[in-house]
Amino acid sequence: MVKYVFKRIGYIVISLFFIVTITFFLMRLAPGGPFASERKLPPKIEEQMNEIYGLNDPIHVQYIDYLTRVAKWDFGPSFKYVGQSVNDIIGRSFPYSLILGLEAIFLALAVGVLLGVVAAIYHNKFGDYMAMVIAVLGISVPSFILATILQYVFALKLQLFPIAKFDSFAHSILPGIALAATPLAFIARLMRSSMLDVLNSDYIKTAKAKGLTKRVTIYRHGIRNAILPVVSYLGPLVVTILTGSFIIEKIFAIPGLGNEFVESVTNRDYTVIMGTTVFFSVLLLVSILIVDIIYSFIDPRIKLTRKEGDQ
Amino acid sequence: MNWKKWFLLLTFVFVFSIFLTACGSGDDDATENTDGENGAGEEQDTDEQDADKQDADEQVLSINIKSEPPSLHPGTSTDTTSSAVLDQVFEGLTRVNQEGNPEPAMADEIDISNDGLIYTFKIREDAKWTNGDPVTAGDFEYAWKWVLDPENADTDYAYQLYPIKGAEDAKENEGSLDDVGITVEDDHTLVVELEQPTDYFLELTAFHTYYPVNESVVEGNDKWALDVSEDYVSNGPFKLVSWDHKDKIVIEKNEDYWDADTVKLETINMQMIDDEATALQMYENGELDWVGDPIDKIPLAAIPAMKDSGELHISDRAGLYYYTLNHDDELFANKNIRKAFALSINRQGIVENISKGEQKPAMALVPPSMFPESETGYFKDNDVELAKEHLAKGLEELGLDKLPKVKLSYNTDEEHAAIAQAIQDMWKKNLEVDVELNNEEWNVYLDSLSEGNYQIGRIGWIADFNDAINFLELFETVGGNNYTNWESKDYQELLKASRGELDSDKRMEILKEAEELYMEELPIAPVYFYTFVYAYKDHVKGIEVSPVGSFQLKWGYIEVE
Repeated sequence: MVKYVFKRIGYIVISLFFIVTITFFLMRLAPGGPFASERKLPPKIEEQMNEIYGLNDPIHVQYIDYLTRVAKWDFGPSFKYVGQSVNDIIGRSFPYSLILGLEAIFLALAVGVLLGVVAAIYHNKFGDYMAMVIAVLGISVPSFILATILQYVFALKLQLFPIAKFDSFAHSILPGIALAATPLAFIARLMRSSMLDVLNSDYIKTAKAKGLTKRVTIYRHGIRNAILPVVSYLGPLVVTILTGSFIIEKIFAIPGLGNEFVESVTNRDYTVIMGTTVFFSVLLLVSILIVDIIYSFIDPRIKLTRKEGDQ
Repeated sequence: MNWKKWFLLLTFVFVFSIFLTACGSGDDDATENTDGENGAGEEQDTDEQDADKQDADEQVLSINIKSEPPSLHPGTSTDTTSSAVLDQVFEGLTRVNQEGNPEPAMADEIDISNDGLIYTFKIREDAKWTNGDPVTAGDFEYAWKWVLDPENADTDYAYQLYPIKGAEDAKENEGSLDDVGITVEDDHTLVVELEQPTDYFLELTAFHTYYPVNESVVEGNDKWALDVSEDYVSNGPFKLVSWDHKDKIVIEKNEDYWDADTVKLETINMQMIDDEATALQMYENGELDWVGDPIDKIPLAAIPAMKDSGELHISDRAGLYYYTLNHDDELFANKNIRKAFALSINRQGIVENISKGEQKPAMALVPPSMFPESETGYFKDNDVELAKEHLAKGLEELGLDKLPKVKLSYNTDEEHAAIAQAIQDMWKKNLEVDVELNNEEWNVYLDSLSEGNYQIGRIGWIADFNDAINFLELFETVGGNNYTNWESKDYQELLKASRGELDSDKRMEILKEAEELYMEELPIAPVYFYTFVYAYKDHVKGIEVSPVGSFQLKWGYIEVE
């Protein structure tokens, strides 16, 4: 197990190296620079700025400098926000994205699994149709449309929640729902089909024949087995939530990292582009690793270490 | 076997502990998070009651500044968001008043020598920094020379100081900072020598690059402007109280301000809401008192409805939306062809049906706020007949039968695209020319323009201060912001003459002459003069938006019923 984890961490480091390299060069290939603006700078001043920010050094020197700094987890100063370091920017924005993301994942999992189970139990009955209508809506309505509708109905008309910002728990509910909708719907459908599979299997029949109550059958034997595909979906889910959050953050005026990530590209804020990319990559790679490890716990049929044992 | 229950429980605990810590830390670092806490458990009604109560006994204004200000250091800030904050917390030698003219501020007496070259500013005895220090002439000298020091990064706006003698040399040509024409005679007397007479110099001294900084606090501390701390010392009508990055800035009235009696607003909340539609909803819900220009924008789609309901305010803006024509291109090197393209645009139609903000059709270069004659302009809008004549002449000169396909470039944006499509159609109909549309991402687009890699390109220009030279200077030489690759000796002579002219009226005449020459050559196709479009609640009084977009909250107040 430990050996497996170390091996995976090794892969993560190698992937990171490629991510940093590719992003670095792609970014520098893009036209424009951090000091471009509608109002052009006098050429000499632009030259001085390039010099101070080290943009005049040969590209390979800049690349190696950057690699060493990333290795020390120092992303340098932002070009756009004078004097603020990229580490500070990530440090202050990430908590917002994290809370929003966790809330969305929690919502998507809890409601999605519930809907899926209900749909499977009441297969081809009203409950099933109801749950699946919700799921289809969730998948087909883009999150930014849902966000605007939620804002209009629940905040502006019904006055139940604040329209935007992220000052309290009440503020987090609407963006959480908007962000959770699509994965929720996906989980519901996933759960429904795997639950239907399980409910038709022999051991459920055995359980019923033994005279176990419906509740025990479903809880102990049904959901437990049916939830496996959902767990394996958790990895990609983290990706969806993190990359999907920027539009929600924009609509709800949440000072999160997703927004920063997208804006930095428009601004050609080189250090912020690199910093957020590296940070997100680490986050994603690690979360995928964690899901894999969790998976091995849940499903006894999967043994991470067996491979080594066999060889 | 019970590990799964544990796992679920753990997730639960984890999620909620994060919420709790988040709420907890919010209380710690934000000095006044009361609104936020109200929102927590209770519903919106309480917020509204709060707002009503505040109107009655407190002077609180909530506005949207759209995004995180890139810099709250007067010397390094270059954008409108930052200056919207800086204009309230700092003050220069002069301040732009509600009529849009500079009036004495930190300086209470301004003496200008007869040749217009020497400005002597007497700084008020009662001018104080927020930490109690007096504001001295030395603080101005320090701030300006700091910006002109080539060693200091991010001082992009140093060129705003170039009218001062020796400033450009010090910044760009290794001149000495000691030779810059700034002299401190005593603590309260600042003498500034200019390179050449500059009619609008007192407008410049109201601009944030000319703000002073407190030398004793700032010296050797280059991080003073990064956060609210005791080092963030300012001298304006308001002082910075909290700065939650990317979220919200709160400023409060500065009791030590020399003119504190005039300032009625006690607190100003500056929210950072990037999404225009969200900001509008918050305005409708009473959470914002002001929406739209000069810092934010009202969504295009919401403008007609708001105009019908009468809540929309529209005022002139010193800015021009235009198409720059590339003179390195064989086709647009021809004056008649340029005229044919410029004349066959139906500007009134564009303004009425696309941009909808009562923008003024532009048939001139300098906006009406500087030259009132520009309301009518130099030619007739949508003059297809004349355009066709010019086209025929131009084609003959070039030896062509028919116009070749031309490319119209613009940066990606809903409005720019709609205008480009409309103009594409007009040119097709009037000049029988095929126009290819080409949109590019902003940075890529700027690159293409600078490299001259375009035929017709959309661009805009907004004045820094209300003087015609702002627009005319733009096309003085090739390069910089003049993407047309057009320049003219006569034109340069006229601008030069205007700089030496001390008599304001005569100077205006010369500038007018330069504009005439320019409009005869027509290196660009002007489209419209910008306007500011905004709305504010009825209880907000005393806030005017000047044509150059300075947003002065000093005179604002909330009317109590």
